[in-house]
Amino acid sequence: MSSRRAFVAGAAAITVLPFAPALATPDAMAAAIKEVTGDASIRESRVKLDLPPLVENGNAVPLTVSVESPMTEADHVKAIHVFNEKNPQPHVFDIRLGPSNGKAQVSTRIKLAASQKVVAIAETSSGEFFSASADVIVTLAACVEDII
Amino acid sequence: MSNVLINAPKAAKPGEVIEIKALILHPMETGFRAGTNGQIIPRNIIERFVATWNGTEIFTMAFSPAIAANPFVSFFTVARESGAIGFRWTGDGDFKVEEQVVIAVG
Repeated sequence: MSSRRAFVAGAAAITVLPFAPALATPDAMAAAIKEVTGDASIRESRVKLDLPPLVENGNAVPLTVSVESPMTEADHVKAIHVFNEKNPQPHVFDIRLGPSNGKAQVSTRIKLAASQKVVAIAETSSGEFFSASADVIVTLAACVEDII
Repeated sequence: MSNVLINAPKAAKPGEVIEIKALILHPMETGFRAGTNGQIIPRNIIERFVATWNGTEIFTMAFSPAIAANPFVSFFTVARESGAIGFRWTGDGDFKVEEQVVIAVG
């Protein structure tokens, strides 16, 4: 391991530690996902989740979700949901789409309170679920830090 | 308080898929942080963003505290007819901002 990588890994480990408020857990995320999908199976395909792998500032992390879909009346993406593991709440955002969107792609900026996994789930008009996930290392966390 | 920035084409061909970008100034206070007095700062976020084309909803998004301050959203839509694209943000404390841009299709 190069010294730079060691530093990055070390810095990430340090910033993860000092959080007082309770953070969501992978279990909470799984429960939140279950609320959306029910018992339907989720396939890891079609969805692309773009997030920088290493984030210096968790206060504004650019995120893009795109889903392969013809976006026709018969076959389109109905909704996109994004979840996280370790922010205080597992939800990030929910989007409703339809054939009038032409392209199932959306970008925004999110906050990340710790290095964690982010999951995007797309629901199609036929009731199928597709997902993608991304692991992000955050060196300066957001959401829960106190103002000094 | 209309601190909104919209980026959308002024003209498009019928059936063209266009990208629309919308940004609004808002602190998006999470309600999980303590201020200098040790008290939790109350939550103040935008909860909902809706875009309409001539009054018909084309895109809706439910925000959470995990959306960054000054929320930015970019999405796509098919240009169908000339008219107005409307944007509405609503949130905590009766926050409500509306904005619209005009687009010519043809």
